[in-house]
Amino acid sequence: MSAPAIEPVRTPVTASPERKSAGKRRTTPARFDTALGWSDRPGPAWALRVLLCALALGVFAAPFLTVFSGSFSEKASGSTLSFLPHHPTLLNFEVAGERGIWDYFGNSLVIAGGGLLLQLVVCTLAAYALARHRFRGQALILTLFMLTMMLPEEVIAIPLSLVLGHVPVVGLDLKGTVWGVILPLGAWGFSVMVLTEFMKDIPAEIEEAARIDGVGELRMLWQVVLPLCKPALGVAGVLGFIMIWDQYLLPLIAAKDPTDYTVTVALSILRTDPEVGSGVVLAGAVIALVPSLIVYLLLQRSLVTGIAAGATKG
Amino acid sequence: MTATVTTPGPRRAPRLLSKKAVLGKKAVLPWLFLAPGLLLALVFKFLPMGKGVWLSFFDVRPFLGDKWVGLDNYTRVLTDHRFQDAIGHTLVLGIGMSLGGIVAGFVLALLLEGQARSLKIIRTAVFLPVVTATAVVGEMWRLMYYPTSDGLINSGLGLLGMGPVPYLDNPETALWATMAMGIWMLAPYNMVIILAGLAGVDRSLYEAAAMDGVSLWQRLRHITLPAIRPALGIVLTLAAIRGLRVFTEVYVLTGGGPAGSTDVWMTRAYTLGFSRNDIGGASAASVLLLCVTLLFTVTVNYFRKRGDVR
Repeated sequence: MSAPAIEPVRTPVTASPERKSAGKRRTTPARFDTALGWSDRPGPAWALRVLLCALALGVFAAPFLTVFSGSFSEKASGSTLSFLPHHPTLLNFEVAGERGIWDYFGNSLVIAGGGLLLQLVVCTLAAYALARHRFRGQALILTLFMLTMMLPEEVIAIPLSLVLGHVPVVGLDLKGTVWGVILPLGAWGFSVMVLTEFMKDIPAEIEEAARIDGVGELRMLWQVVLPLCKPALGVAGVLGFIMIWDQYLLPLIAAKDPTDYTVTVALSILRTDPEVGSGVVLAGAVIALVPSLIVYLLLQRSLVTGIAAGATKG
Repeated sequence: MTATVTTPGPRRAPRLLSKKAVLGKKAVLPWLFLAPGLLLALVFKFLPMGKGVWLSFFDVRPFLGDKWVGLDNYTRVLTDHRFQDAIGHTLVLGIGMSLGGIVAGFVLALLLEGQARSLKIIRTAVFLPVVTATAVVGEMWRLMYYPTSDGLINSGLGLLGMGPVPYLDNPETALWATMAMGIWMLAPYNMVIILAGLAGVDRSLYEAAAMDGVSLWQRLRHITLPAIRPALGIVLTLAAIRGLRVFTEVYVLTGGGPAGSTDVWMTRAYTLGFSRNDIGGASAASVLLLCVTLLFTVTVNYFRKRGDVR
């Protein structure tokens, strides 16, 4: 218990600014590790904390348990939610499958996979140019990429749907294809910013040494810079995935008919289906929930780092 | 002081850019790397933005050709009483969600600050609402708000001896019910940022305060709060900007109803544009929102920068 108590709360910012005070904490008694001075030893304060933690879990986490148990409950039409399924069954998932939930899920996976891949490639290339090269108009370009963050889908939804129906110059109709969702997600200011900041910190010596060996630009990016950027790529990847999976309006306006919807948008179809009960909607919700849950549990640290970085830079 | 060190100052030393390089391969190279990102941003972000501004001055009529109407769309939107109501709802929802989310996030952060493994597990669980897609959260809450006595929240009320409340079907309660969901989604997100701020508080100050016999409340008020003020400022800004353009939460949970009681600015613009096919009016509404958002962002950044310099 003594060693980890030295560490600050593990929410490091990418380039952690406040490392200097770590040494002082070594001598601090555990009592002042938290603002409220919670104690580790059993007592009234400890009991109060346990109680409040239970309350927090009840409010923020318990609804997820009821969703899972509801999706496995036999009484599919009932609205009763509880922590344990009564008469566990897979019936809800079968009905949801008949309503095409797996097709929607497939759409979601293609969009999330393709969108994330495109986003990472595009943003890495841009960040490499911004961090490792000097050129005229650099500040302006960076501002443009930041602007993409401030231009939310909601605000440009109506003209964007017109553009998706008829892309200028090439004249393609992207509506009803996955490209209609994937392409608008390509340039994301947050990823560009995180990757640029990170690449700037790579020592110039490494790059110069590689240049003397005659390494070209693409190989430099692929074999020298990218391996050093893994933490930043993790952050951009996790937040990008969560952001893409959370998209609602974009898949809605890019779809030609409901079969093009992603699983999150398709939940509303399940809900308005009169022959389908709450249990089936919950089964759909679980199917839409599981991928982001897996990504979160595997890569929590990157996610939390990313949120802290986004907050301090954004 | 420490925060400014990490961001290198503006790189304005074009020493490497000799005249030869400007025209040579070296000058073209960065643009090749930037091209895909710039192209996508141009086509799918800036072009729609420009098109939106353009269309907001027109009466958009498919197959008949657009007709220039000047600022008519704007006056129409601003004088429409449903839009005026929507402004009110957006403000109430935005302010309520932001403040509620911050207070709840602060309380969560104070409660869950610490190193113990059990606390980490609880933090992981409490953070789940942030990771979950908004549409899924909406469906979850619709079922939790189920208006009969066997809905999750209403059965809890039943235990307390109170009757079932039709949260989402009653114009009186629907906006507050939406706000509660918004706070639920925002609080854990704020918790993470505030926790990062709390980690930076100098522990020796707590110790010194304890020696001086300072009460818990005074310690919070005079040490903790000032120390995490930057984090709070960030959280408040992000929440306010998010509150202005709230859409998915409302659209999934209530669709703006009942009787328009939860209609916010964006759901109203969406209905106007996609259901009523009034693209000019919807564009004008979007442009107004964009202006307010940009104005807000720029102002906040200005004050934040000035605060940093001081």
